[in-house]
Amino acid sequence: MAVAPTRLQVLALYKQFIKNSKQFNNYNFREYFLRRSRESFRANVALQKPEEVARAFADAKEELGVLKRQAIISQMYTFDKLVVEPLDSQKHTPSPTGV
Amino acid sequence: MLRFTLARSAGAMRPATLSSRAVSALGSNVSLRRQYASSAAAVAKAVETDEGLSIETHTDVQAANKEQTDIRTNSNISSNVTADAISSGTTALNHAYRENTGFGTRPIYMDMQATTPTDPRVLDTMLKFYTGLYGNPHSNTHSYGWETNKAVEAAREYVADVIHANSKEIIFTSGATESNNMVVKGVARFYKNTKKHIITTKTEHKCVIEAARSMMNEGFEVTFLNVDANGLIDLKELEGAIRPDTCLVSVMAVNNEIGVIQPLKEIGAICKKHKVYFHTDAAQAYGKIPIDVNEMNIDLLSVSSHKIYGPKGIGALYVRRRPRVRLEPLLSGGGQERGLRSGTLAPPNVAGFGEAARIMKQEYENDKAHIDRLSKKLIDGLLANDHTNLNGSALHRYPGCVNVSFAYVEGESLLMALRDIALSSGSACTSASLEPSYVLHALGKDDALAHSSIRFGIGRFTTEAEVDYVIKAISERVKFLRELSPLWEMVQEGIDLNSIEWSGH
Repeated sequence: MAVAPTRLQVLALYKQFIKNSKQFNNYNFREYFLRRSRESFRANVALQKPEEVARAFADAKEELGVLKRQAIISQMYTFDKLVVEPLDSQKHTPSPTGV
Repeated sequence: MLRFTLARSAGAMRPATLSSRAVSALGSNVSLRRQYASSAAAVAKAVETDEGLSIETHTDVQAANKEQTDIRTNSNISSNVTADAISSGTTALNHAYRENTGFGTRPIYMDMQATTPTDPRVLDTMLKFYTGLYGNPHSNTHSYGWETNKAVEAAREYVADVIHANSKEIIFTSGATESNNMVVKGVARFYKNTKKHIITTKTEHKCVIEAARSMMNEGFEVTFLNVDANGLIDLKELEGAIRPDTCLVSVMAVNNEIGVIQPLKEIGAICKKHKVYFHTDAAQAYGKIPIDVNEMNIDLLSVSSHKIYGPKGIGALYVRRRPRVRLEPLLSGGGQERGLRSGTLAPPNVAGFGEAARIMKQEYENDKAHIDRLSKKLIDGLLANDHTNLNGSALHRYPGCVNVSFAYVEGESLLMALRDIALSSGSACTSASLEPSYVLHALGKDDALAHSSIRFGIGRFTTEAEVDYVIKAISERVKFLRELSPLWEMVQEGIDLNSIEWSGH
């Protein structure tokens, strides 16, 4: 029933995935979703049949909803950066105590 | 450190508030923009709503940490004593802590056998059960109960699917410890009139060993099978141990400390031949190695949700229906879960567990490839150091669990030196005591080696950068600690430590 999305639509969706994945405050989740977004879109390049493409597109749209909500939650509850995570140097001007 | 601003249209930017407009925007086509604040004060200001209430919960104490580090660095410079102590003799510890180097301070999580981080997709499923879907799944007189019951049954389906079972064979429990207790005590008690014997192994998780031990007080005999140097049980020994009055064989699928996979299919075949129930504790194996309860003749199987990126506080027990496995329930009550586990189910946990199981199945290939690759890298990197060895079978193993011994280094002191990596020398249940791991003992390792072993856990969310950091940090600190050790000096000089006669004994 669903019509296969155009190339532009898929690319736009992919961009959304990357953008939202990058917004995770948690290092491990951010890296994971970036990796998985890239991998799964690349893997689905091989899809040929319109109905298959349409289904993959619909699934991905649903996943994008999850990603958007969870990226927001990840920003609401933040924790220290990991020892492998570079800090943005300008962000760390030592603040006066108690502020 | 981060704040986000919701923008409904280009140009119309305003701070995040909990107003109805912003909340509705979350659901619609919302574009998030990440902005970097220039100072901590600005951040604190930005997250406040109109009413002066913060909607963000930041538990990061990075600023405080930085401050402490600054103080420490300054005091180090002023007090020559500490500075000398640190810089004397070796350079190994110069890179030990990435303090004040532009990196964060939170340790890398490498203890995936203890528990795993909750997958954001799992949390997304759970949240609606904490907000709107609060019905009791056992209430069948109204729609609140129906909707949660539907979600519970869907989750049961997902949990069963991973091990190729029927959803009716899944009993939700509070975790693998409860499942294991239910099996060891329940099966034994149900058949106590005719059967008096339980078989398990020496490398089982504490909850199986302790449950079996408590059955000894109830008049049962328990055989603890030995394992070989690789951590595998001897199938001939198992077959020999089975008696006419044996009711249960319990062997864990993947060991939590050394990651060794027991030959489940062969054990299942032996148990079927002798008509003995076969239970496997699959807390570490579920969703991570292929398990088919029918092909492997598994009659009972324990699962834990928080080992598969699900919520904590829930697990499951698979109980075969055909031929039926009978067991006496631990809890008496309303008769939920086929009467085997009374008590109201927690729909948020059950649904989260179901989603976690679904993702385990969906992501199996990806996770496997990722974990295999990182595991190989970690093993190669760690074993490149002298006098290190991998514990447990190199072939029959789950790659996400790497247990390495560093000879001539005391494990606990290595862990203390590794405060930037969250690791454990063994099971979390026993890490409070300083006694060496009983699992490594069962493998025939001596106390010294068992003391110097560290377990590394790799999971779905582990990154390559983390593995690189761990290899570098461990190698440096092992070298540092060995330089301090007189034993290491003797080894370098070619003295066989076993030939030394220690005085004072």
